[in-house]
Amino acid sequence: MRYLPLAVLLIGAAALGGCSEGVLDPKGPIASAERLIMLNATGIMLAIVIPTILATLGTAFWFRASNLRARYMPEFVYSGRLEMLVWSIPIMTVLLVGGVTWIGSYDLDPPKPLTSAVKPVRIQVVSLDWKWLFIYPDEGVATVNHLTVPAGTPISFELTSAGVMNSFFVPQLAGQIYTMAGMVTRLNLQADHAGTYRGMSSNYSGAGFSDMHFNVDAVPAEKFAQWVTTTRTTGPVLDAKAYAELAKPSQAVAPYTYRAVATGLFGGITNFEFASTEPSPHTHHAAQRADK
Amino acid sequence: MNLLGNLSWSAIPFDQPIIMGAGGGVILAIAAVLGWVTLKGYVPYLWREWITSVDHKRIGVMYLVLALIMLLRGFSDAIMMRGQQAVAAGGAQGYLPPEHYDQIFSAHGTIMIFFVAMPLIIGLMNFAVPLQLGIRDVAFPTLNSVSLWLTASGILLINVSLVVGEFARTGWMAYPPLSEVQFSPGVGVDYYLWSLQIAGVGTLLTGINFVTTILKTRAQGMGYMRMPVFCWTALASSLMIVAVFPILTATFAMLLLDRYLGFHFFSIDAGGNPMMYVNLFWVWGHPEVYILVLPAFGVFSEVTATFSGKPLFGYRSMVAATMAICVLSMMVWLHHFFTMGASANVNAFFGMMSMIIGVPTGVKIFNWLFTMYGGRVRFTVPILWTIGFMVTFVLGGLTGVLLAVPPVDWTVHNSLFLVAHFHHVIIPGVVFGCFAGYIYWFPKAFGFKLDETWGRRAFWCWFIGFHLAFMPLYVVGLMGMTRRLQHYDVLAWRPWLLVAAAGAVVIFAGVVCQIIQFVVSIRDREALRDVTGDPWNGLTLEWSTPSPPPAWNYAFLPHVAARDAFWVEKKLAPFKQGQPTQPRKYEPIETPKNTPLGFVNAFFAVVTGFALIWHIWWMAAFGILGAFVTLLVFAFRDVEEVEIPAATIAQFDRAHPMEVAL
Repeated sequence: MRYLPLAVLLIGAAALGGCSEGVLDPKGPIASAERLIMLNATGIMLAIVIPTILATLGTAFWFRASNLRARYMPEFVYSGRLEMLVWSIPIMTVLLVGGVTWIGSYDLDPPKPLTSAVKPVRIQVVSLDWKWLFIYPDEGVATVNHLTVPAGTPISFELTSAGVMNSFFVPQLAGQIYTMAGMVTRLNLQADHAGTYRGMSSNYSGAGFSDMHFNVDAVPAEKFAQWVTTTRTTGPVLDAKAYAELAKPSQAVAPYTYRAVATGLFGGITNFEFASTEPSPHTHHAAQRADK
Repeated sequence: MNLLGNLSWSAIPFDQPIIMGAGGGVILAIAAVLGWVTLKGYVPYLWREWITSVDHKRIGVMYLVLALIMLLRGFSDAIMMRGQQAVAAGGAQGYLPPEHYDQIFSAHGTIMIFFVAMPLIIGLMNFAVPLQLGIRDVAFPTLNSVSLWLTASGILLINVSLVVGEFARTGWMAYPPLSEVQFSPGVGVDYYLWSLQIAGVGTLLTGINFVTTILKTRAQGMGYMRMPVFCWTALASSLMIVAVFPILTATFAMLLLDRYLGFHFFSIDAGGNPMMYVNLFWVWGHPEVYILVLPAFGVFSEVTATFSGKPLFGYRSMVAATMAICVLSMMVWLHHFFTMGASANVNAFFGMMSMIIGVPTGVKIFNWLFTMYGGRVRFTVPILWTIGFMVTFVLGGLTGVLLAVPPVDWTVHNSLFLVAHFHHVIIPGVVFGCFAGYIYWFPKAFGFKLDETWGRRAFWCWFIGFHLAFMPLYVVGLMGMTRRLQHYDVLAWRPWLLVAAAGAVVIFAGVVCQIIQFVVSIRDREALRDVTGDPWNGLTLEWSTPSPPPAWNYAFLPHVAARDAFWVEKKLAPFKQGQPTQPRKYEPIETPKNTPLGFVNAFFAVVTGFALIWHIWWMAAFGILGAFVTLLVFAFRDVEEVEIPAATIAQFDRAHPMEVAL
């Protein structure tokens, strides 16, 4: 019995935690579906886990050595029926959860495009030491450490890394995906409502990792168009030279935008066309922190 | 050319008060212990009876001592991390800069898995398996000593990194490309790799030793279906060690070739593939989890049966479940990186496989429950740890199955939810199991029980502290807090992290209780003395010999006629009372001769490892040569065994009469 309040506390606390950001407070179809699977699977398992906990405590308590009313049955060491039961219960639980898993893995496969009447916005993501570069190839602009996306529109990401592995994660919009050098991963998501959502790297990547977070501004479609127009008029141009500058390790970089992007930059990054020949960048943390 | 390779005074971080303080404290403590031992004149005794010992019981005890000392080291890392995350909120940077904090979490993981959990498990296996099998030692006693000291070498090297140089800042998995020279040019990753390579060889040799011991040298009459369940789990664990530790060694060897000789196995350029490392690491890493947890399950089985006063329920089921886990554990590794972008087919397959492994685990829980059903449960400290484990572990298993669902994993992978999950299975599963185990077998090893009161206090502190420390991490994980953050800007996380830090303090109180338990028990050892050899009314053979058992374990090797042989024999004893007993004829016993091989070999292993880390090539050559010569000298030894005369054995047996003879 001691444990029931704890379980309730755990679930309650988790729900409470979900109220402020996080994966229990989804703002898009993918994140919602993922949360639903989490809750379903948890429910199925709690149905067996809670009785097991209670039975364990109850059995141990009742069969305590000092309880003279409890029957001592030292010969009770095998029962075919019970064996069948103890194997069946977990098997059936796993069958149920497994079904949820199987369907979910296909339905929510990250590279799978969302079905929507609206044409998706394409964004190319590059994780660098230690910041994020977001390229909008169709709009011809790019941003650092900040994403602006139209709400209600599917967003189709292509992701890579310029060096160390990171993981692109916006908890309220969709599950995460790794970014790896020389490889391209894909992720599709959508923000249903306008709002600002926290995004981050969720794979440790070195000294500046803790500051590799960014905000995602989901704005109405017309405001997004406006944002693109404004962005095109300000800021530097992202060409090979500017990229080489950007690729140098730096920490806690304040967001800014590029008004234009050299074509084929993302492809070039995945092919190591801009690979730095300088000696290791990871040695000078202290010096970089001073820039902050 | 520099005679000391890359080593120079700048390797010692004189400007870091925390490191220098900790390092200085450790060096002082070691010096104090060594000084005390020398002054008291214990050195010859330690050398003769412990350091050169090839006795499995002593080796087991030494493994456990190593593990408990390293638990303190790993735990201080944990306290520092909790402290850092408790203060580094908002704009604050905390008291640990990233280059130090990143070493701490890497060291915490590495130490807790390789140098706490592994030696705990291997120590218990060493102590209990030969006794339970009714034999006099493991199959290869000298090799066993080599294994122990190689593990100690790895431990020494990883602790040297505290003061000389640095430890890895890569996380305990050391994923490339971060662990490649390009991104981690320092000696940190080299310390990680060489200490684990050296200790890994020791572990592999242990695995070989125990597979051979269990398969080939059981007592007469002990068929597979009469083996104690702990031996089954030790067998499964050893089989997995033999299967997967070579993978880890090969993977690390490839990373070493990348780092030292410019190979491109896992580099991001020139055709290297870091994903391959991640796969190989977890091909070892997931079975490793079961290498640790299965013997702990074995302990729980022994403890539940003994303190319920009846044999284990569903023995065959238990064995089947153990061996099923042994096989299935090798088919689930991909669930550690569902976020890598594998196809839906691959993710779904590994998700399903990971859940299937929950089935035998669930069966075990139910079998322990039915073992208590109809028993007379004595609430001693070991059973407290066991029941604490059962009620905690099922929830940890629940979150584990959640993480096996790819769409759920994508949302909580690498978050503190994940951190909470694996502590939620490893602490109750492995740590509670080993604590139950050492308290259970302590009277067998030393002839007196551990103090109950302090044992209970330790349990409750750990149990409550564990929930305080890790339940909040589930919450912040769901709130989107990723692991390994040196500082964070979301203030809503902070209250939960403060609770977690408080939990760590409560666990610390538990650790203090455990230390007090040892001190109090040693002080009161006469009152806690057990002269029967069977303080718990046990079921298995180890309780049929005096405590502590003599070097030869059994004067007469037992003949086993049933499962739970000792239990059955005790039941039959009243009926045999009237029968005439033949006086037994004592015969001399040959036991393997103690040898310094393991210790000397380990000395050269440390020299070699240290030299390779600092690129001191002449010293590396010297170390390898030294180890080779040591083995050569050992190979030409004249005396392999010492004979214990029959009179000594007879005298010992008369001094320690047992209730039942087997």
